[in-house]
Amino acid sequence: MSGSLHTLYNSSSIPLADIPVVDSIPFLQGIMDVVDQGWRIVSYFGIPDNKGVVLICVLADKGEGRLAVTRTDVTDDRFPSIASLCTQAHLFEREIAEQCGLVFDDHPRFNPVRFHHPFVPGRDAWNRPADEPIRVGVMEYFQVAGDNVHEVAVGPVHAGIIEPGHFRFQCHGEEVFHLEISLGYQHRGIEAACIGGPHPRTLQTMETAAGDTTIGHGQAYCMIMEALSGTKVPPRAEVLRGIALELERLANHTGDLGAIAGDVGYLPTASFCGRIRGDFLNMTAVLCGSRFGRGLLTPGGTVFDITNDLRDNLLKRLAEARRDLTDAVELLWNSPSVMGRLEDTGSLTLLQGLDLGLVGPPARACGIKRDVRNDYPFGIYRMTNVPVATSFHGDVCARTMIRWQEALKSMDFIEEQLRQMPGGGHRRQASACAGHRLALAMTEGWRGEICHVAVTDATGRFVRYKIVDPSFHNWPGLAMALRGQQISDFPLCNKSFNLSYCGFDL
Amino acid sequence: MTDIIIHCAVALLFPPLLLGVIGKTKAVFAGRVGAPYFQPYYDLIKLFRKGSVFSDTTTWVFRAGPVVTLSAILIAVLLIPLGRHAAPLSFSGDLVLFTYLFGLSRFFTTIAALDTGSSFEGMGAAREVTFSCLAEPTLFFALITLARLSKSLSLSTILTHATSATWFASGASMLLLVAALFITLLAENSRIPFDDPNTHLELTMIHEVMVLDHSGPAFGMILYGAALKLFVLGAVFINVALPVSTGIALADWVIFIAGMLVLAVVIGTVESVMARLRMVRIPQLLVGATILSAFAMMLVLR
Repeated sequence: MSGSLHTLYNSSSIPLADIPVVDSIPFLQGIMDVVDQGWRIVSYFGIPDNKGVVLICVLADKGEGRLAVTRTDVTDDRFPSIASLCTQAHLFEREIAEQCGLVFDDHPRFNPVRFHHPFVPGRDAWNRPADEPIRVGVMEYFQVAGDNVHEVAVGPVHAGIIEPGHFRFQCHGEEVFHLEISLGYQHRGIEAACIGGPHPRTLQTMETAAGDTTIGHGQAYCMIMEALSGTKVPPRAEVLRGIALELERLANHTGDLGAIAGDVGYLPTASFCGRIRGDFLNMTAVLCGSRFGRGLLTPGGTVFDITNDLRDNLLKRLAEARRDLTDAVELLWNSPSVMGRLEDTGSLTLLQGLDLGLVGPPARACGIKRDVRNDYPFGIYRMTNVPVATSFHGDVCARTMIRWQEALKSMDFIEEQLRQMPGGGHRRQASACAGHRLALAMTEGWRGEICHVAVTDATGRFVRYKIVDPSFHNWPGLAMALRGQQISDFPLCNKSFNLSYCGFDL
Repeated sequence: MTDIIIHCAVALLFPPLLLGVIGKTKAVFAGRVGAPYFQPYYDLIKLFRKGSVFSDTTTWVFRAGPVVTLSAILIAVLLIPLGRHAAPLSFSGDLVLFTYLFGLSRFFTTIAALDTGSSFEGMGAAREVTFSCLAEPTLFFALITLARLSKSLSLSTILTHATSATWFASGASMLLLVAALFITLLAENSRIPFDDPNTHLELTMIHEVMVLDHSGPAFGMILYGAALKLFVLGAVFINVALPVSTGIALADWVIFIAGMLVLAVVIGTVESVMARLRMVRIPQLLVGATILSAFAMMLVLR
């Protein structure tokens, strides 16, 4: 079983030839065996070539902190599905089918994920004509029949200013029996555009893969480039990247805390957090001139350094923001009406979380100690430790509490790092990428685990660049959390996950 | 005659200001500057100058909804006494008409919502009807209690009967009534903790979701009607809770207006310090209010 797996480390690259190529049945058996032992599918994707499809699966073992990769070459256009035995593979298989045209036999819900044409024209798993545009969201939805069962369709155009997504509820009165989520409206073809790269604009594309996770995705891309070229990042740059990543987490968690308060109609925290989020964004602007951290990172280090004046300025701003944020969030915990609304809403159990392979705050809220910064450390997190906050209720309240706990830990981390900045340069020139290699980079963005995998050809160009945004793992979690809940609680549950549409749609 | 003119002028012009005051109060709690006090008037003027869009699936019922709703509330305004002055219209038993004018306006709002065929509006209509069945008994018990105290069946007498003497004589039941009426006031006007008038989340709305398809002047009528309804129920509440009568006509009007403004501030404060209730909890609170008013009635019957 483990003979089919090849171990590798986060932020490293291995020669493609080192990955053992196994037959399809041992490949799938290997995945299911290790998943049964508590491993998790981190990334699973196909590389279509003229002979067929190369399937590569990256797996992670929390217990030992191991990462491993396995591969099979498919020459047929059909492949057995393991989705009904291994829930985590469900969306990955649909994605492979859509991108590479591989039909998965016995897949429980074999539908497109993003409604786009396959990478290789003509190889379409649903035999959709190549010259016609594909209508997003047009598919077979799961339906419940019976007395008093009604269907509520929400989106893709929403009343609020949010991204487009389509939600189908099967309701019995106010109770939700089933929720199906259909996305793809934001699909831009990032992965397809990366083939043949790296291009001069690839870094900018990565920074906008999910616009609110600029540093998370940007750093993952830089780590890929550094792993492929063997570039060592100077310690000062690692610290700056860590600070930027935590500032991004702070800004978004603060925004989420405010938005959750706003959804239950609790205005003071909603308004205060909206303002304080801006304070954190402005701190990122102090680092690099962009409130969202655009243009800070580059393969080999960071574009900008930090002076002592700026450092003192940041420390002062941070102390003020910490005070304000504490005041605003304490109001939440001290309002019984708010707690009554958050508790026992949208609960997920530990077992559901493990089966679905959740990541980030929703996983930690149901008690899964899962954090890339701790499990597979990268960058500055190899030198220092950010404590992982977990809870066990798995409800909206737990997800809110986790965000607050993480915000506190991030502020401690930034203060500590700013006070002990290492000297030296902040940037090294990255050399060219090596050929015939597979590189893996995982970061812990504010939504959870971000995984980038790159495979290069003989000249060091990408033959495949795979991005897995944490939202890809977590959208099914939201659908499950809604089961048996009141439909009026959906916006609150949705906000407590706050998943990315564009990060999913790529 | 002067009182009737003042009555009509106040009832027609004053209500949107209540919304402005509530908005300002909420802004102060949230540390914001907030919209101007007169913003609701600007919004109404804007809406009445706009054109309307009507869905092809709707019929005359959809267009009649806002008109009937607003007319019903306008008639209700004529039935209640404001600032210790008798109402322009009053007869024995008008309290039943008063209550069912609200029923009529609600009926037309809900069938106009159902007429669109949208799943959201149907959901909102179902919620509105469910919750209002639970809120209606409260209003009736309150009016019956007051009728018993004043030995009359006309709103003008009932609502101007309460004086400080009444409060001393039957304080317990008046206190229960005030509590029950305040809860009804919040529920009927879709304020927090029952509904959030500012939310944009269509799945959580009660009243707002029923009017999603209305636009332009029709929507303006709905907003104006909502402000009037807040004013009417607020006036009922103030008449019971603030039994001050100076005997000087103008002074009574000033006290009434000041009382309404304070009430708006109180509503704004409640909205600022409380989150919305979970929808399954709303009936419990409404039934609680009914029980309070039923107890108030039992206390005066003994």
